Amino acid sequence: MSVSLPHAVAVWRRNAAIYKRTWLWNILPNFFEPVFYLVAIGVGLGAYITQMGGTSYISFLAPALVSVAAMHGASFEVTYNVYVRLTFEKAYDAMLTTPIEPDDILAGEVLWAVTRSSIYGGTFFIVVALAGLAPLPSSLLVLPLVPLTGLLFALIGMAFSLRIPTIDLFSYYFTLFLTPLFLLSGVFFPLEERLSEGWLWVAEILPLLHPVRLARAAFRGEASLVVLWDLAYLLGMSFLLVVLARRGVQRRLTD
Amino acid sequence: MIVDARSISKRFGNRLAVDQLNLQVPAGTCFGLLGPNGAGKTTTLRMIYGVTKPSSGTILVFGSDIARHLRAVRSRLGVTLQHNVLIEQLTPVENLRVFGRYHLLRHADLSRRIEELIELFELRSHAQVPVKNLSGGFKRRLAIALSLINRPELVILDEPTTGLDPAVRLALWSRIRTLQAAGTTVLLTTHYMDEAQRLCDQVAIMCGGKIIDEGVPAELIASRLARETVEFDCDSAEEAALLDGAGAFPRRLRSGRRIMLYLDDATTLINHIRRWDQGDRRALVVRPTNLEDLFLSLTGTSLENDL
Repeated sequence: MSVSLPHAVAVWRRNAAIYKRTWLWNILPNFFEPVFYLVAIGVGLGAYITQMGGTSYISFLAPALVSVAAMHGASFEVTYNVYVRLTFEKAYDAMLTTPIEPDDILAGEVLWAVTRSSIYGGTFFIVVALAGLAPLPSSLLVLPLVPLTGLLFALIGMAFSLRIPTIDLFSYYFTLFLTPLFLLSGVFFPLEERLSEGWLWVAEILPLLHPVRLARAAFRGEASLVVLWDLAYLLGMSFLLVVLARRGVQRRLTD
Repeated sequence: MIVDARSISKRFGNRLAVDQLNLQVPAGTCFGLLGPNGAGKTTTLRMIYGVTKPSSGTILVFGSDIARHLRAVRSRLGVTLQHNVLIEQLTPVENLRVFGRYHLLRHADLSRRIEELIELFELRSHAQVPVKNLSGGFKRRLAIALSLINRPELVILDEPTTGLDPAVRLALWSRIRTLQAAGTTVLLTTHYMDEAQRLCDQVAIMCGGKIIDEGVPAELIASRLARETVEFDCDSAEEAALLDGAGAFPRRLRSGRRIMLYLDDATTLINHIRRWDQGDRRALVVRPTNLEDLFLSLTGTSLENDL
């Protein structure tokens, strides 16, 4: 069993064909969301905070929110949407009557989630740049980080979605996993100023922490050794999750 | 043989869904797998196109071991699933295009094939309408058209006409005959015996994961039962008295109050019953014996009852 790229692309194109019908309605909220965040938290809350992490609060927040957008873009796709295709639409049952194999479905779906995450993160970046919060050209380095972030969260979501018996469990995924990640991964405050040394080590396990740190480094235009660790985490963890998700897709789609 | 399955079994936990089944489908035939819900028909089909792995046994499709040549075998067959799997937001043409890409068909070839299928299944009038606005009959036609996108040599249809109205069923049957006339091998499951009788050159009757009889429909019926069936309501208490002196019957079956008698010439029996009824004539049905009767005689179960 091995993945065939042309077949994976055929799966990707299925989703793209549907998205093409509604892309305008789909993409509009992606523009509004960053505006609300930047206005409410950056400008509103930020007015009471003179500086954070060595910069204005809104500049501290902006790059991290690009990573969060990438995380959410991928997560919605591989949770509810994949589950609906799997159990209600039975799209995968139909694919498996053709030369497409479970690995191709996994690859195609992950590729599509990375695409959605890039659209989501990309529009967020455009808004941030238009607001003058993205120092150019260094902040452009965040653009290749967006699909990498999407890949990690696409795989986490796939591994989860392929194992759960009912759609109701996604509310746990969102409220007990994504929301705490969003709040506690250094997006809103610098962990290194609030946690003791020991807890900082523990925090390194948080998957959103690394894309957030990388996005900040890109916006600042400074690299350090930590960047290498963060990249290694993104790639290494993605690799491990591929193994897990492949097992899940085999078990769920064939018997 | 297009399909050659040898003593395949499938176990799900404690349940044996398919039990040591042998199935040979010759090229160019329409082969029907019959049986009630839960007989193991769909599991058998899933093993033939390689999604379900048999717990034991081997399956050759086009002479290749399905377990080892999955992609190659699947590129030469088409499957219509029991439930329509269509993309509701897209039009029939778009659905066909998406499905053609699963087979890696090139753009020009795919467009040509889509045209042919739109024509064959008379989908032209609604070719550009989102599938969600189509009727059940249209959807089913499209679902079958999808499974033909790769010009398959073997078409597998899982209950192709379940839930469709009679006119749509007739239209689909004629499409299936057209396919077969063009040399395609058809393997279908159904629990409609009339469908099997009209379409299939050969049938295998499944029950409890096993094939309990197989052959040419007319020959099966002739060998097990008789040509004509007389069917009427009668209590078991009345039965012995009523049929006393009416002659000998090779087979007789009962389902609730309904009794069915199989014989080659029904005339004597009908006259006998009319005399017995003495003017208070009960409703008698005289009809050709069909696969439904055969199934009943083989299993003692009516098809309407799930196993």
